[in-house]
Amino acid sequence: MSKQINVALIGNPNTGKTSVFNALTGLNQKVGNYPGITVEKKQGICKLPRGVKAHILDLPGTYSLNTTSLDESVAVELLLNKNDKNHPDVALVITDVENLKRNLLLFTQIKDLRIPTILVINMADRMSKTGISLDINALEAKLDTKIALVSTRKNTGIAHLKELITDYKNLSEKPNIAISVIDPNYFEELRNTFPNQDLYKLWLVITQDVNFMPIEKSTIKDPSSFSTKSESELKRLQQKETILRYKFINSILKETYKKDRNAATGLRANIDKVLTHKVFGYIIFFVILLTIFQAIYEWSKIPQDYIDQFFAFSGNWIKQSLPAGAFTDLIAEGILPGISGIIIFIPQIAFLFFFIALLEETGYMSRVVFLMDRLMRPFGLSGKSIVPLISGTACAIPAVMATRTIENWKERLITILVTPFTTCSARLPVYLIIISLIIPNGTFIGLSYQALTLMFLYLIGFGMSIFSAMILNRILKIKSKSFFVVEMPSYKLPLIKNVSYTVWEKTKSFVFGAGKIILAISIILWFLGSNGISNNFKNAEEIVSNRIAKNGLSNFNKATIKADIRAYKMALKDSVLKKVYAINTNDIKDSLHQKKQALFVTASNQEIASFKLENSFIGYAGKAIEPIVQPLGYDWKIGIAVLTSFAAREVFVGTLATIYSVGNDEEDTIANRMAAEVNHKTNKPLFNLASGISLLLFYAFAMQCMSTLAVVKRETNSWKWPIAQLAFMSVFAYIVALIAYQTLK
Amino acid sequence: MNITVADLQRGQKGIIVEFSSTMLPIKLLELGCLPGNIVELVQVAPLNDPIYINVNGSHIAIRREMALKIDLNLILDTDIE
Repeated sequence: MSKQINVALIGNPNTGKTSVFNALTGLNQKVGNYPGITVEKKQGICKLPRGVKAHILDLPGTYSLNTTSLDESVAVELLLNKNDKNHPDVALVITDVENLKRNLLLFTQIKDLRIPTILVINMADRMSKTGISLDINALEAKLDTKIALVSTRKNTGIAHLKELITDYKNLSEKPNIAISVIDPNYFEELRNTFPNQDLYKLWLVITQDVNFMPIEKSTIKDPSSFSTKSESELKRLQQKETILRYKFINSILKETYKKDRNAATGLRANIDKVLTHKVFGYIIFFVILLTIFQAIYEWSKIPQDYIDQFFAFSGNWIKQSLPAGAFTDLIAEGILPGISGIIIFIPQIAFLFFFIALLEETGYMSRVVFLMDRLMRPFGLSGKSIVPLISGTACAIPAVMATRTIENWKERLITILVTPFTTCSARLPVYLIIISLIIPNGTFIGLSYQALTLMFLYLIGFGMSIFSAMILNRILKIKSKSFFVVEMPSYKLPLIKNVSYTVWEKTKSFVFGAGKIILAISIILWFLGSNGISNNFKNAEEIVSNRIAKNGLSNFNKATIKADIRAYKMALKDSVLKKVYAINTNDIKDSLHQKKQALFVTASNQEIASFKLENSFIGYAGKAIEPIVQPLGYDWKIGIAVLTSFAAREVFVGTLATIYSVGNDEEDTIANRMAAEVNHKTNKPLFNLASGISLLLFYAFAMQCMSTLAVVKRETNSWKWPIAQLAFMSVFAYIVALIAYQTLK
Repeated sequence: MNITVADLQRGQKGIIVEFSSTMLPIKLLELGCLPGNIVELVQVAPLNDPIYINVNGSHIAIRREMALKIDLNLILDTDIE
C-alpha cells in the first residue's frame, strides 16, 4: 500500500469546501477536467504530521448522493467505485455550522457507504455571532465519527483536521442508518439476490443514473431475479429515505445543537430586501456590471499597453542583437508576437475573475440568478449567463472562461457558443476605420450617423447572440435537469486567499491551456505571411527596387512624402525664426536632403514589404479566395486581410497597412490610403457603402479570433464545439455580408 | 382550492402539508422542503418568478411552476399571538 492517503472532500455547495481545500493544499493544487467530460477536477497534495502525505481530491459540490447533474454523478461514481485509483481512504464531509442540519443529510449517506468519514464543521467563527453552541463530544458519539471544528477564515482547526486524517484508520466504518426500514420486503429480496453486496450501495446503483458496475446494474434490471419497482415507486422510496434521514438528524441535533434565537441577526434578510428588490436590485446589479465592464475595457488597457510596448521593444532588441536570418525572424516575428498575443489577455482575465470570485464568494452570484432567471429563461440561458454576455463586450476570451459558474451544462454550452457574437473590443478598430470611410459625417436628430452605425453594430451583435441562443435551445438535445433550485447562501466577506487563488488558477489555465493553440496558430500565420516559393517572393527586393528606379514610388507614397517634406520645411522655418544666431543655409539644405532620403528609404521598404506579402503563401491564398470574397465586394487585398485577421480581428487594419505599403499604424493615413483604393475590376472606389457595410457585417458575425476558438476548445474539452462554432459563424457572416453587398451595390 | 407556496405574500408563512406531485425533485426535499416544515416567502422576482423562500432554515429560489406543487396550510399572524 502506498504511503499516500487518498482523501476526498465532499460537501454541499456554499459550505466553504474550496476554502478547506485551499487551506489543506495551499498552492500545491492542480485543476483539470475529468477525462472526456467538462466537470472540473481539483486535486492537490497535503503534508500531514509524521511525514505522511495525502492526495486531496475536491469533489464537485452536491446536496446528496441522489444525483441531478453530471457533476454530482462524478462524485457518486468515485465513492462507489473501489477500483478507481482516486477512491478515497477517508472522506471529509464539509459542513457549514449554520446549515448543519441540511449538510448532515449528505454526511449520513457517505457514512452509510462504509467509507471512513470525518465530519468537518466549517465557519466555526460564526458560532458566537449566530448564537450557536454545539456539544461536539455527544455529536461525535451519536454520529459515530470524529469531528474537526474549523474556521478557514480565522485559520483555526486545520492542524486538528490533519491529525484526524493521519489517524483515519481509527475511524468507524459503521453506517448511520439501516436503509432497509423504508421497505423491508424489497430490501430483503435484494439481500437474497445479491448476498455479497452492501444494501445501501445496491440501492444507489438502482436509483442513480451513474456509469458504475454496468454488469450488476443490468442484472438488477432483470425482472426475473426479483420484483422490480416502477420509477414512481422508487421515487416515493427516495422520499421516505430522505424523511428517515432527517428524523435521525433531528433527533441528534435536538440534544447537541443549541441556537440562541436572540443572537441571530437578520443580516441576510435585510440585505436581500435591497439586493433582490424589483427596482433597486436591478440598479445595483447594473452598477456592478458597469464596474466589471469598465475594469476589463478601460483599466486593463494600462497594463496591456505596457505589455504591447515591452514585446515591441523585445522584438526590436532581438532583431538588432541576434544575427539576421530565418531563426531571428522566427523568434522576433513569429514566437514573440504569439506570446504577446497570449499575455495581452491576462489583465482582462485577471480583472474579470477577480470580480467574479468576489461575486461568488460573497454569495451575490445566487442573487443574480434569482434576478435574471425569468429574463434569460426563454433563450435557454441561465441567469448567470448575463455576466459572460456583458463581459463579452470587452473580450470573448475571459467571458467564455466565466461560463464555468453556470452549473447546467446545456445552459453553459449555449452561453459559450453565443458569446462571441457580442461586439468585443477587437472589432472596434475595424469598425471605426470602415465607418469613417463609408458613413457620411452628418447628424440625425443630434446624433452623428457614424455613432449611430456603431451603436447599431453593438445591437445586432447582442441581438444575434440572443437569437442564436433561442435556436440552439431548440436544436441542442442535451439531457439536463429540468428543474431549478438555487440556494441563496448567507452573505460573507470574501476571503482574499480564495479570490487570489481563483485569479491565479484562471490565468494559469488560460496561458497553459489555450496559450499553446494561440502560439501555434500565430506562428503558422506568421510563417505563411513571411514565406513564399515564387520567384517574385525571392527576388522581391530587386523587383521592387527596379520598378522604383524606373517608375518612381507609388503615387500615394509620392504624395505622402511631398506632404511630409512640406510639414518638415514649416517646422524648420519655425525653429530657425526662434533662434537668434545665424544658421548656415547649407545645413538646412543638408537636413532637408537627409529627411527626403530617409522618407524615400522607408517608402521603398514599405513597397517591398507589400510586394512580399502579396507574393507570400498567404498572399497567394488571398488571391485564391478572391472569387469567394468577390461577391461580398472585396478584392484579394481584403481577402488577405480577412485571412490574417483570423489571428485577431484588429490585425485586419495592420495587414491593410502593410498591403497598401503605408508604414505607420496611424488610422488617418491608412484611412486616406483606403479611400484612394480602386477596385481593379469595377474601377470604382473599393470601399463604398455596399462593400463597407458588407465588411462591417462580416466582422460582426464571423468567428475571426483564434484565441476564442482555443478557449472554447479548452472549456468544452473537445474540438467539436469550436469547429461547429467556427463553421456556423463564418457561413452565417458570409451569407449576411453577401446579401448586404448584393442589395446595396 | 389548496393554497400553495406560489400563493404566499411577501413575509407570509405556511406549513407544508403534502406534495401534490410525486414528480417533485428529490433535491427539494433534501433542502428541507418536507411536510410539516414552515415555509416563509422572502422575495418574489419581477413577473412573479422565481420565488425566494426560506424553508426550515434553507434559503432557496424556486420557479413558480414548482412552487405551485407545494401545498400549504397558511399560518396567520393571529395564530402566533
